[in-house]
Amino acid sequence: MSPSRLPEVTTAACLFFIFLVPLAAAGLALMNVGLGRSRSAGHMMMASLTALAVAGLAYFVCGFAWQGFIGGPGRTLNLSGKNWNWIAAEPLLLRRLFLDGSYASLTALFQMFCVGLAALIPLGSGADRWRLRASCLSTGLLAAWTYPLFAHWVWGGGWLAQLGVNYGIGNGFLDVGGAGSIQVLGGLTALAVTWILGPRRGKYSADGMAPAIPGHNAVLVLFGCVLALVGWIGLNSAGAILFTGGDLSGVALIGINTMLAASASALTAALITKIRFGKPDASLTANGWVGGLVAGSASCAFVNPAEAVVIGSIAGAVVIFSVEWLELRMEVDDPGGSISVHAVAGIWGLLALGVFGEFQRPVWNVAGDFLPVGVNGIVSGQWLAQVIGVATLLGFVLPLTYGVNRLLNRFYPYRVSVEGERQGMDLHELGAGAYPEFVTHTDEFLPR
Amino acid sequence: MKLVGFLMLLAGWFLVMAAIVLFASLPLRAAFVLAGVAVEALGLILAFRSHLIPREEKR
Repeated sequence: MSPSRLPEVTTAACLFFIFLVPLAAAGLALMNVGLGRSRSAGHMMMASLTALAVAGLAYFVCGFAWQGFIGGPGRTLNLSGKNWNWIAAEPLLLRRLFLDGSYASLTALFQMFCVGLAALIPLGSGADRWRLRASCLSTGLLAAWTYPLFAHWVWGGGWLAQLGVNYGIGNGFLDVGGAGSIQVLGGLTALAVTWILGPRRGKYSADGMAPAIPGHNAVLVLFGCVLALVGWIGLNSAGAILFTGGDLSGVALIGINTMLAASASALTAALITKIRFGKPDASLTANGWVGGLVAGSASCAFVNPAEAVVIGSIAGAVVIFSVEWLELRMEVDDPGGSISVHAVAGIWGLLALGVFGEFQRPVWNVAGDFLPVGVNGIVSGQWLAQVIGVATLLGFVLPLTYGVNRLLNRFYPYRVSVEGERQGMDLHELGAGAYPEFVTHTDEFLPR
Repeated sequence: MKLVGFLMLLAGWFLVMAAIVLFASLPLRAAFVLAGVAVEALGLILAFRSHLIPREEKR
């Protein structure tokens, strides 16, 4: 079965959910700005806007051609008698795509927003030192190649989704709201970019100290979390309808699970930081909140609310310890916490689906009929399918994105000059600061 | 060491792919997939260690 068109009410609801997704991008952009320094705030928001623009255009040109949709044309490899659908075969520039509310057109619209969201993630890790044009080039490659390739495997009826029908491994690799195809992929790109850029000047000293370089605006960070929640509810709901065969009856569960995962994660993060540092840390709590959204997005349609709380709580703890481990032990300078929040929490979320997932309804994620429901909702081997997906992200996507970005860096250096970093990205690259009224006048400090 | 780390990541992934194609039984397939993941984990550790900043470059 390949739904060329969803029922009208479902189409209308799906469109509504899809149009919420840019709020998640807005939330992430605000968080990235707030967690960076004030001297680079305008640059970060400019980079966010241009990343969304470049990602959308690149996806329009060739991204959708290679990602495709479930039931659409694709190129296959025959391995031991099984067809592995490895890339879509849609025309470039969205030609021949009927933009009439069909399933394919909804998928194209949704993916255009999703790829923008994925493109924002590495910006947080490259804050204060990643040149604007370099970030645009990297985004173009992510949107045109890396993202569509992996997203086809998961959401386009590709070989990861086919693991169930080809080899009886669960329902195939499942990812309701893009924990793998958006978040982990973006997080691993963030890791690659951080490795290439190196740390900010003064971050790591020879005596082993790693002074904190705090963000400049906690209000932006925390408000971004609220926006992200709304966007994620849309992301998860649309993903469930488009890529798992869900209908509107499951949306309430998805919304509840999304909220619970974020809440449990944020409170766990706040509690851990309170215990360790004496006071709850706002930025780490915000990271925990988004980590919960990320972790919960993989499984939100297939777990019950209590399990969503457990998934979120573990995500909160994982994010906190991962941030510390990466910054202090591995010397990975990630101002926005992108790697921990998106890659690490996303990997946990994908694995959690294999542990907790129950499939009370049939799943549809490949061309053909719905997959059968398991015994009591448990499908044999689902955990293995999730492990295979995570292994693909780490073993294929990470080397690919690192290699591509490293090659780009050779032709167009990613890192700003020393003088530029000292001056701040706003003045150096944009010629104007984000907060021109923040001027210190010497007479303010004269005794009266 | 960076290159070795990334090659091990790829090697681990190929092990996982081979496990899917070559083995039919779930336990055997799972065992080899986990072995592939272990190779990937080693590669990831190498990749992280190779990106540590040398002391002389810290200031």
